[in-house]
This record gives sequence, structure tokens and C-alpha cells, in this order.
Amino acid sequence: MGIWIMAGVTFREAARKKMLWMALAAGCAFLTLFATGLHFQAKDFAAHGMSPILRREISFTMLTMALYAVDLLAVLMTILTSVDTLSGEIASGTIQAVATKPVPRWQVLVGKWVGFVGMLTAYIAIMVGGVNTVTYVMAGVTARHLFPGFLLIWMESVVLLSVTFAFATSFSTLTSGILALGLHGLAFIGGWIEQLGAITQTQRAVNVGVIASVIMPSEALWRRAAFEMQSPLANAMRVSPFSTLSVPSGAMVFYAGLYMVLALAIAIRRFSQRDL
Amino acid sequence: MTRSYDLAIRTRGLRKVFGGKVAVRNLTLDVPRGEVFGFLGPNGAGKSTSIKMLLGLVFPTSGEAEILGRPAGDVKARSKVGFLPEHFRFYDWLTPAELLKLHGRLYGMSQSALRERIPALLDLVALTPHRDKRLQEFSKGMLQRIGLAQALLNDPELIFLDEPTSGLDPFGRRLVRDIIKAQRARGATVLLNSHLLGEVEITCDRVAFIKDGEVVETCALNGELKEQNTVAIRAGRVTAEMVEGLVQFTSSATHEGERLTLSLASSAQLPEVVRYLVTKGADIYEVTPQRLSLEERFLRIVATDGGM
Repeated sequence: MGIWIMAGVTFREAARKKMLWMALAAGCAFLTLFATGLHFQAKDFAAHGMSPILRREISFTMLTMALYAVDLLAVLMTILTSVDTLSGEIASGTIQAVATKPVPRWQVLVGKWVGFVGMLTAYIAIMVGGVNTVTYVMAGVTARHLFPGFLLIWMESVVLLSVTFAFATSFSTLTSGILALGLHGLAFIGGWIEQLGAITQTQRAVNVGVIASVIMPSEALWRRAAFEMQSPLANAMRVSPFSTLSVPSGAMVFYAGLYMVLALAIAIRRFSQRDL
Repeated sequence: MTRSYDLAIRTRGLRKVFGGKVAVRNLTLDVPRGEVFGFLGPNGAGKSTSIKMLLGLVFPTSGEAEILGRPAGDVKARSKVGFLPEHFRFYDWLTPAELLKLHGRLYGMSQSALRERIPALLDLVALTPHRDKRLQEFSKGMLQRIGLAQALLNDPELIFLDEPTSGLDPFGRRLVRDIIKAQRARGATVLLNSHLLGEVEITCDRVAFIKDGEVVETCALNGELKEQNTVAIRAGRVTAEMVEGLVQFTSSATHEGERLTLSLASSAQLPEVVRYLVTKGADIYEVTPQRLSLEERFLRIVATDGGM
């Protein structure tokens, strides 16, 4: 029961503080800009008499680009919106009136987590769905495996949410934000090193990337999502954030799932045992 | 020997160390059910930390703590507890009615119970006219009043009030006093942590003086403390002879200008003193009983090394 009450509070707080509406407004602006760009691109297709295969590939590239932007927005949205909910309430003492109610602490934390998962699910669904709708309507193209791609981006966001929660049970808001973003940055740069290593066939560079993914599997989930969603031809592209020469395996996705559960467990344990 | 279930609060050697700093050294305390109990001590004496340990917000380094016969922090015990935190920070994007609804739901109260309870509580703390404002528009005193309403939602058996009157005007303070009286009348136990000694003196049955995280002394306020009376009398035509004659009532009488100050063993002696002075020809303008105030007691007990 406590979980649903706290999830509801989290949702309501985001709505009251206009966070939810601002995110949706920014999302709509993003989709409008993307649609405008694609519209002009599609017009040029006809003017230049481009071959259907090339048209398709360019549209796919635009789709993947937009999805990459959505992924980055989802990462930032996850960390920025959730980082203050625990550490901020602990620092201000707001948590005291809640934590003295007959609700176990783990339910307070999981309730907030569920609330954020709900909001992020809606946000990612709207953005991924919106981008795909735009490319379908304007260029007749949608992601190759849309649902698995969506799930992987969603999972990346939930992994980051759980990690942010784990930090926020021990550190201040600012420190937690820096740590969560820093960890994702490490995964991000690791992903690039891995790609470049794959191109130049430098196994040790690839290993560095894999180790970075083990330390933080968020970026690996995006690369798997890109692999699932873009065209096979684009998959063979060389240096780009969408390049999937070194595709994270199913085992890496499973590991990311475990990582998420572990981060949430650490957050629960720390929150249940710390002084408030 | 008081049985543990007759006690609202029972602690034995409770200790809390933050880093290397001892916040609560050795708190041993019994508070029977139905008592209004005051927690007094200088800043940093460990009062708020002690309350937090009893509520399960802070985990003791060592020692035992029970509330309502269950270990401190126990979820079941918490359903019978009300708490007004010292800094009364709540979700300020809610209206007062929404805040009470949220906390009522966290207490597991039904919708129908809340529909009756919330308007009654808003009335009690005089916030009905502000029921549709968000808490971010509230003054400190209003926040404190909604905090108090929140602490009473579940008709608690044990209520912790941490500095409940610090942000309140005289009207608000009166309100808190009346609420505490009403809670005592329905059999609830109240633990009051306040710096306003006058408030404590009026409201509490018993107080504990805390210093350096230890109970230095506990005393009942309806007994010994209130019986140690000092009386100030403003009178004219008082002679040295009359003052000497006061020996029959008191060992300590001083006379300065129109002011006579004397200590009495009991307030029952006061009419006799007045009768004596009038009979001897003095003009009495004013008689003011001056109890040994809690403040004097407080300073004597806890502020010996400048703790205040």
C-alpha cells in the first residue's frame, strides 16, 4: 500500500511542479523540429530524384539520429528529475514526517522508484513513439525492431534511475548527480573506445570498452537498442554513435538487468539503515 | 516497579555517537502512559536526537528503547504515534487538506474516516480559511499548525512534539496548550521538547533535564517545584518591626522601598501573611506569588558550565 501512495505522490509532485508538463512541451518542440527537418529532406528526395534505397537509408539515419537524441534526453531526464527526491528530502528533513508513519522505509523508496519508472516509461514511449510516427508518416520508415529497441532505452533509463537512487541514499543531491552522470560518461566514452577498437581491430581497446560497460552498462544498452532499431546497412557503418561493429550481447543486457536490481537493493538497504 | 506495557517510553542506556561526537551519552528514562512529559536542556544536549531514536529515524549506537511496549522504530508502534518534527518540512506543493489526506493514508486510515477527520482537524488548528492554499504560501506559524494537525490525525497514543510553539504567536501557543490538555484528557502521552520554559511549566506533568546527552534530573511540576513559592508584596507603611515579625512565616524576608519579598513553604500561608501585615497597619497594594520558576531551576541544573 505504501508503495502506491508514494508512487502517486511522486507523480503528483512532478505534475504540480510542472516538471511533467515542461518535459512534454520540450518533447513536442523536439518532435516538431524533427518533423520539419524530415519534411524538407523528403521534399529534396523528390527534387533530386533519389533512388528508393538511398531515400530509405537517409530516412533511417535521421530516425536513428533522433532516437539517439531521445536516448540522451532520457538519460538526462532520469538523473535530473530523480536525483533530489531522496537526498533533498533527507537534507531538508521532509522525509521525517513520512518515515515516522507506519510504512516500512523500503516501501517509501520503492514507491518513489515506481513513480519515476512510470513517468520515464511514459516519457520514453511518447518520444520513441513520436519519432517513429513522424518518420513513418513522412518517409514511410519505422525502426526495424521497435519494441525491443524501446525496451532497451527504457532499461537504460531504469538502470540509471536505480544507480541515482543508490547514490542519493548516501550523498548530497549535487554529489549524487555528478556521480551518476560521471558514471554514464564513463560508459559513454567506453562505448566509443570499444567501437574504435573494433574498427582498428585493437582487442585491448575493445576490452577497455567492455570493462567500462561492466562498470556501468547504460551505454551498452543504447548500442544494443541502436542495433535493434536501425537498418542492417546502417549497422555496418563505421565511426558513428550508431555503429554496432561491436554489438553488446544478450548476456550484457542480462547483466544490466542484474546491475539494476543490485543498485536498487543497495539503495533500499542503505536507506533502511541510515539515520534520517 | 512499573511494567513495561504501562510505560509509553522506556529507554535504558541509550547512546548515539555521530562520527566521533557523542550526541546522546546515556539516556535512561521511563515515561508512564498518560503523562505530559517535558524534555529540557540546552542546545546540543541531545533532545532531538533522543526523540529521533525513539521514532526510529536515528539508530542508537547502543542501549535499548521502547515505545508503547514495542521496540523503537517498530512499524506497528508507529501507527499509534504522532510526530511534529522540529523543522516541520512537508511537501509544500500540497494544500493542507491534501497533506492531511496523504499522511492519513500513510497511517492506513480509510477514505471515509479521513473525510470526517480532515475538516475537524483543519478547524482545530484554525486553518479552514486557508484550506485551498498551497503550503508554500504558508507562514512558519501556519506550517507549524498544519504539522500539529498532521501529528493528531490518527488519535495517537503517544505524541512527540519537537519545539511545537517556536514559530507561533500567542494565539498559536494557546492553541497548542489547549491541544496538549485535550490530548492528556483523552489519555494520550505527550513528549514535549521546548525551549519555552514557561510553556513547559504550564503544560507538563513532569520534566527531565538533559545535559550532554544524559538525564541529569527529573521532577514533577505539580509537586515540589510549584510548592517552593516566593511572594513579592508591594506595600506601604511597612516597618522594620513588621518585617522581623514575618519570621513566624518564613526564614527569608527582605524589604526594599515598597517591595517585600519572602519565601513561603506553601502558598496556603499567603492569606495569613497578608492578614498579619494589614493588622499591623501596612497598606497592601499588590501581592504576586512568584514560584521558583522553571527557568531558575533549569539554569541551576543544566547551565552550570555555560551550556546555554
